[in-house]
Amino acid sequence: MTIEQDITCRELIDFLGDYLDGRLEPDRRRCFEDHLRVCRSCVDYLAAYQRTVALGREALASGADADVQDVPPALLEAIKASLRERSD
Amino acid sequence: MRTSESSAQVDEAEFVSRLRRGDQAAYAELVERSTGRMLALARRMLPTEADAQDAVQDAFLSAVRSLDRFDGRARLTTWLHQITVNACLMKLRSRRRRPERSIEGLLPEFLPDGHQQFPRGPWRAGAAGGIEGDELRAFVRDRIDELPEAYRVVLLLRDLAGLDTQQTAIALNITTDAVRTRLHRARQALKTLLDPYFTEDPS
Repeated sequence: MTIEQDITCRELIDFLGDYLDGRLEPDRRRCFEDHLRVCRSCVDYLAAYQRTVALGREALASGADADVQDVPPALLEAIKASLRERSD
Repeated sequence: MRTSESSAQVDEAEFVSRLRRGDQAAYAELVERSTGRMLALARRMLPTEADAQDAVQDAFLSAVRSLDRFDGRARLTTWLHQITVNACLMKLRSRRRRPERSIEGLLPEFLPDGHQQFPRGPWRAGAAGGIEGDELRAFVRDRIDELPEAYRVVLLLRDLAGLDTQQTAIALNITTDAVRTRLHRARQALKTLLDPYFTEDPS
C-alpha cells in the first residue's frame, strides 16, 4: 500500500510542466489531482499557464507566416551573389 | 503510376543533384524558394533585422558547403530549417550579451508553508483593452522578446522551430532536464508578463 502525501502549491507549480507532459508517476499524479480538487488558486494558475502555452505557440506560428512574404529583394540578390562567388 | 509524393521525391532528388553540380539556376531557385521561411524563423530568434539577414546568408553558405552530407532522408526544407536554427544559435552565442532582467523576478513567489504569496486569480476570457487577433499575437510576441535569452531561446526552439526536447538539448549543449526546466520557467515568466492584461486589476 502506498501512502499518499499532500503536496504544496509550490510543488504543484514547480512540477506543472511534468504534470502536463504526463511525466509523473501515477501516485504523484494522484496527489496533484487531489490538490487541484481543493485549491482554487492552483486551478487558476494551471488554467492561466495552459492559456499562456497556447497563446505563445499561436503568436510564434502566426508571426512566422506573416514574415514569409516580407523578404527584402536586396537580401535575395546578396545571397545569390555570395553563392555565385563561392562556386567561382 | 507515380504518386504525387514519390514524384515530389524524385523532383527533389533531381533538384539536389543540380545543386551538387553547382548549377547556378538551381542555387537561384533555392534562394527564391526558401529565403522567406528561413528569414521568418531568424527574425523570431534574433533581436535585429541585420542579425536575422546575416544568419540566413550564413545558413545558405553552410548549406551549400554541406550539400554532400544531405542524405535525402529529410526534406530539403526541413534540412534548411535545421541549418537556419544552427546559424541563429551561432549568432546568439557570438553576440555581446546585453543586460537583461533576471528570470527570478518573473517566477511565482511562495510563503514558507508552500502557498502562493500573490495568487493572481482567474484570467478573464479576453485581454485588457479588447485586443485580439493579430494585435494580440504581436503583443504576446513582444512579451516573449522580454524573456531572458537562455529561456527565450528554449521557448523558440520548441514552439517556433519545432525541435523536441532531445533536439533542443543537443542544439544548446545542455541536458534534457535543463531543457524541461528552462521551458517551464519560460512559460511561467511569460504568464507573469501576461497576468496584468488578463486578470482583473486587484486595486
